[in-house]
Amino acid sequence: MKKFWNRIAGTALLPALSFLLAFVISGLFIALSDAKVLKEASHPLKFMTTALSTVGNAYLALFQGSIFDPNLAHGHTVWQGFYPLSETIVTATPLILTGLAVALAFQSGLFNIGAQGQFIFGAIGASYVGFHFHFSPVLHVFLALGAAIALSALYGGFVGLLKARTGAHEVIVTIMLNYIAGFFILWILKTTTFLRPRRIDPIAPEVNPSAQLPHLAGANFRLHAGILIALLAAYFVWWLLNRTTIGFQFRAVGANAAAAKTAGISVSRVTIATMALCGALAGLGGGVHVLGSEHALTADIGGSFGFDAITVALLGRAKPTGTVLAALLFGALRTGGRTMQSNTTTPLDIVLVIQALIVLFIAAPTLVRFIFRVKNLKTKDAMTAKGWNG
Amino acid sequence: MVFSNAQKRQLRLLAVVFVLALGALYQFGFSSQSSNKTTFGFQLGKEWVIIHQWVIQSTTGSRIFAGLAIVATILGIFLVRANKSPVVGTGFAAFALVMSFLCWAANGKFIPMTGLLQGSLMLAVPLIFGSMSGLLCERSGVINIAIEGQLLAGAFASGVVASLTHKTTFGLIVAPLAGATISLLLATFAIKFSVDQVILGFVLNVLVIGLTDFLYKKLLIPYQQTWNTGPSFSRIEIPFIGKLPIIGPIFFNQTIIVYLMYLIVGIIVFALFKTKWGLRTRAIGEHPTAADSVGIDVNKLRFRNVLIAGLVSGLGGAYFTVGSVGSFGKEMTAGAGFIALAALIFGKWSPMGAVTAALLFGFADNLSGTLTIIGVSIPSEFMLMVPYIATIIAVSGLVGRVRAPAADGVPYSRGSH
Repeated sequence: MKKFWNRIAGTALLPALSFLLAFVISGLFIALSDAKVLKEASHPLKFMTTALSTVGNAYLALFQGSIFDPNLAHGHTVWQGFYPLSETIVTATPLILTGLAVALAFQSGLFNIGAQGQFIFGAIGASYVGFHFHFSPVLHVFLALGAAIALSALYGGFVGLLKARTGAHEVIVTIMLNYIAGFFILWILKTTTFLRPRRIDPIAPEVNPSAQLPHLAGANFRLHAGILIALLAAYFVWWLLNRTTIGFQFRAVGANAAAAKTAGISVSRVTIATMALCGALAGLGGGVHVLGSEHALTADIGGSFGFDAITVALLGRAKPTGTVLAALLFGALRTGGRTMQSNTTTPLDIVLVIQALIVLFIAAPTLVRFIFRVKNLKTKDAMTAKGWNG
Repeated sequence: MVFSNAQKRQLRLLAVVFVLALGALYQFGFSSQSSNKTTFGFQLGKEWVIIHQWVIQSTTGSRIFAGLAIVATILGIFLVRANKSPVVGTGFAAFALVMSFLCWAANGKFIPMTGLLQGSLMLAVPLIFGSMSGLLCERSGVINIAIEGQLLAGAFASGVVASLTHKTTFGLIVAPLAGATISLLLATFAIKFSVDQVILGFVLNVLVIGLTDFLYKKLLIPYQQTWNTGPSFSRIEIPFIGKLPIIGPIFFNQTIIVYLMYLIVGIIVFALFKTKWGLRTRAIGEHPTAADSVGIDVNKLRFRNVLIAGLVSGLGGAYFTVGSVGSFGKEMTAGAGFIALAALIFGKWSPMGAVTAALLFGFADNLSGTLTIIGVSIPSEFMLMVPYIATIIAVSGLVGRVRAPAADGVPYSRGSH
């Protein structure tokens, strides 16, 4: 029993402490930038209480906006109080998929910054099949998601191909492809194929009802079947990595490419396959986002799902389960941040600071260990440096 | 005739340019029959003038320049055969191709050439600052993806301080310090804690974007009058050379930040290749163990260089606020840090290469803007993609082998190598 608790403490302690630090530091920013707090600067006691209440209110709103809002739940509609939780899951769904796209790449020793671009191409594919064709309901969803996967797998696979053939570093190529995808979607939304009739702002026609993902908890909640697809994808990644030869090859290349090559694994094939799969996962995220909650392609459909994915994967330590949990957490922060912004004077953007700080501390366990003077901290999973040429 | 690998690559590039030139000759010179004229304007302000403007029949111009491009590539091929660098040939061919394209694209229109080039330099300024920051870090073996964050921090700090104090000078002083603060985090986590530098740089960018967005909404919008109405530097024309035709208004009628940039680039080029510091910096970037064995404190020098890099890109950030519009805008650097990184790689980690690449990217960016304004049928989105496509082509080895400093991104600890 003691061993079990030690293991839990070993794996959960670092994220927990990083969390604590991130929230404390962000709290300082919230308090010290607040006019009401600064006004009390000459009275130490009052200053402290105002600061604490400001930060407390902000974090309370963050919770209310992401999990449960008692203001929405009264009498027989108590379930309605969970509306924020449904929103959290809706936001987390694409994040799980893009997070997996980054996590899987990490497992093969690749850094996929390109989830953003892959996500956009997935969204374009799903949107086109969704609004342009008419099929029976289930088939239509599969075909639209298939288009999303195919397009984005090509977009991702191209990176792998370049890396395998010419040694072009995937970080640089994916950063550039993100920009190219960003401009591409701006252009495609101006073409007559994609621009919704009688509209001048960049928006595509709504996808046909047969291609929309079904709601899971009634029409009052936006919660849709995308979360099931995302969880299935997470299971698939876990199965692939831990139960198949291909997954073993992925991890072998990630652990030591030179050794894997000596053992007869084709590093270039693994690189291409990994990037194509990662592209497919991110693109599936884009497809699910369009078919599940947005229903129409817009210029900013990508939001920051691809970028947040990197922090999600890092927080989830590049493991499928960890990624799912991290995506749910970031989804909650995002959703709650909106409520926080409208109910208190604290802008949503502090959420980015919290996210960055959490990942920063998790990446530097030595620092956390130093601050809290703890010894039992699992550090062997920390992301260690590799460099451009490695 | 046996060619080395490098020469084969040069020939491959020339072949691509040759095909492009043939395509240009057909597409711009023969397939479109337009009797319109293209006008190139060369006068911008009150500088001395040799020619005001140059008018040419659009198809004739396209044919002439495409022809020149073909001649230039053939010259390049002869240069390779004579074991010389073909860069004159490729460079001129590229220039002629652009001109051929412009004659065709802007038929019946007016292209303000001097204004186009001046705008290109202005867009390139933050890229040059950023790529110099990346250069200082990466030549000493620390990957710097946080250029974007450094620029943004510099822009924010200089905008706010200039606004609070009503003095542009204070803004200029505080910007490098803001950049160096980000560098301090980068150096501490990368060198002291051996965190993966690509991840670290990425996270630092998110941190700075989040923090500046947060403070922007919390302070700069509600209290705009005190916090975000910064003054900006005015242009200083350098006597005599500022009056030279074409190059005067482009290079010598700029704000103090641009003149500082000339100085910094000059110092870096000199210091990196002609001083003891430069030799040591290059040594710890390529082979830290060897450097250590002759008594260089690798991590100390890396730490110092990363801090200097932060000063440079922080100053570049000031260009966005006190250097141009005065006030700060949300995420106003808009990815310039990443393009600066691309310029550094495109320029093969050499200072002049990075500057050239930054100027090219600035030109492509401004050209797309200019063509959109004068109403050309090519979608501006495709023009805007050019720097990014060029970078992908560069890193895939078409332009030449791009190789990072050998120890770039690898933390150094004694005895581990």
